[in-house]
Amino acid sequence: MGKLLPWFVIATVVLMGGGIIWGLAFAPADYQQGNSFRIIYIHVPSAILAQSCYMLMAVAGAISLIWKMKVADMVAKSCAPIGATLAVLALATGAIWGKPTWGTWWVWDARLTAMLILLFLYIGVYTLHSAIENEITAGKAGAVLALVGMVNIPIIKYSVEWWNTLHQGSTFTVTERPKMPPEMWIPLLVMVVGFYCFFTVVLMLRTRAEILKREKRTGWVKELVEAH
Amino acid sequence: MTTPLLEVKELFCERDERVLFEDLCFSLNPGEIIQVEGPNGSGKTTLLRILSGLSQAFEGDVLFNGQSVSEARDEFLSSLLYFGHLPGVKATLTPEENLRWYCALHPHTRTEGISAALANVGLYGYEDVPCHSLSAGQNRRVSLARLHLSDAPLWILDEPFTAIDKRGVARKEALIASHAEQGGSVILTTHHELGLRDNLRQVSLGSPVEVV
Amino acid sequence: MLNDPQNLSLTRVFWITLKRDLMLAYRRRNDLVSPLMFFLMVATLFPLGVSPDPQFLSQAAAGIVWVAALLATLLSMDSLFRSDFDDGSLEQMLLSPQPLALLVFAKICAHWMISGLPLTLMAPLLAVMLFLPEQGMSAMVISLLLGTPTLSLIGAIGAGLTVGLRKGGVLISLLVLPLYIPVLIFGTGTVQAASAGLPVGGYLAILGAILALGMVLAPVAVAASLRISVSD
Repeated sequence: MGKLLPWFVIATVVLMGGGIIWGLAFAPADYQQGNSFRIIYIHVPSAILAQSCYMLMAVAGAISLIWKMKVADMVAKSCAPIGATLAVLALATGAIWGKPTWGTWWVWDARLTAMLILLFLYIGVYTLHSAIENEITAGKAGAVLALVGMVNIPIIKYSVEWWNTLHQGSTFTVTERPKMPPEMWIPLLVMVVGFYCFFTVVLMLRTRAEILKREKRTGWVKELVEAH
Repeated sequence: MTTPLLEVKELFCERDERVLFEDLCFSLNPGEIIQVEGPNGSGKTTLLRILSGLSQAFEGDVLFNGQSVSEARDEFLSSLLYFGHLPGVKATLTPEENLRWYCALHPHTRTEGISAALANVGLYGYEDVPCHSLSAGQNRRVSLARLHLSDAPLWILDEPFTAIDKRGVARKEALIASHAEQGGSVILTTHHELGLRDNLRQVSLGSPVEVV
Repeated sequence: MLNDPQNLSLTRVFWITLKRDLMLAYRRRNDLVSPLMFFLMVATLFPLGVSPDPQFLSQAAAGIVWVAALLATLLSMDSLFRSDFDDGSLEQMLLSPQPLALLVFAKICAHWMISGLPLTLMAPLLAVMLFLPEQGMSAMVISLLLGTPTLSLIGAIGAGLTVGLRKGGVLISLLVLPLYIPVLIFGTGTVQAASAGLPVGGYLAILGAILALGMVLAPVAVAASLRISVSD
């Protein structure tokens, strides 16, 4: 894993760097929302990633429960705080986008509310992990909770969307976005891929730290420490 | 060479950053009694919990009749009677109700034997008294009454003689001996000096190794 | 060497477990009233804290009753397994060859009968105090009847995961509240639709579907959680 890390770091820097510059400087200003819409270059990727991260956490948890692989357990544990941070980022950038566009910092639309609930699910898993002292038991309990959450996510999404249509009325649909010309969505795509790379980097670093922490009594770790 | 009833291979267990035991191997055949002994904190209770399937925090193999415990789960649980630190007795129920519930949970028990079992542990006349009115020792005896009720061949007993008087201890020892004579097997831990001599082996757990 | 095992059918095991839990609850009858009082008190907080204006209350009534029911259920969840864990009965259940999911399901049913069902029966009282429109009344009761069992089922998952922890109570709420949100949305949606004179069949069907899904999946998840919690 250590060998892959540098490649991912380079990829992250290139893609995110390129994406940010392109998005901020070169994409044309949207005719409706001016320059403030550029925040979607961070908002959309972080939202997409927050959801993917939860799926990964649940799948890794399932693998660790069924096939009892320690690595899967540690990946799942590392995902929780990363995913929570991404969700917070998505919500914060959503708010920053919202203020100039609709006049309020927060709006109870379907997607933002669903993202908020996703954040709650992350907080639940993370809190459960930290409340249980035995690491292996904590990982298993978190995996069960993440799986239960994953089963619920479609139900939650559906119910929130339904709730939103009921209460929003037809003033304006916040979730709809006008079609974007290629000059706008290509940098968005670049940013999404860049975010995935960044996420992978952070996940690898955290998992590596977790592995070192768990296996600190085994021989190869001692050798590693002595070598430094 | 018959397969042993219970076999432990290269068992490894770590708790709170200390290795409790590693490379632990032993087997238990029908008719044998094993006493697990060691200083306090050496992992005796942990070992018993692992053997009974309550704890999964180990590496290595625990085999029941040659199959791993997780594969032969139903068969294993039907053949097991576990007596742990907690009596498993509900305070708001009477001894009879508690034992009835136990019979519902375990197929190899007979509800007809409940009164006799309670009499055997010295609780004749207390069948309908709520357990919160009984002393701690009496509560433990309600739990011990299961030994008279159940046909399970494998007994795993964690400190069964605690809070029992001398006569009671002698009676329980005799019960354990006759269980072994009839082909059952027992693994137990106890602080008492056991009067049993035949078929008794000892497995010693050392003091836990400090991990740097 | 072994006697013929008494052949207890699964239904019989279910009933014995259910009766046992109901009997345990009956012997502690005084404890049963607390969630109901909590339910009443929470509902009272809204007119006191926001406004007793009938216009506001009748609009908010569905939500207030549902939220109060949700919180009262959460409050009672911790006791589902705690006493069994503390006295060792839970260990014996885990060591039983009977399917743990069945035992768990029976316990959850008993729990609903002593918490969710009384809440549902008390709801009309609260609805009257909060000026819920008359057309909404029966929808309120039916939605709670379908929804509170689901709340008990999902709450049991939280209880199973935290039964070994000391501060289990607050933690359960944190784990379980996000999962309660769909039931809340559709439950209140049913009542609000009925209050406005609209048909409620669809919402009730959804609540029923969620309940069915919960009845199948939750006991399995709870059984897994209990094994994990006890293994420490």
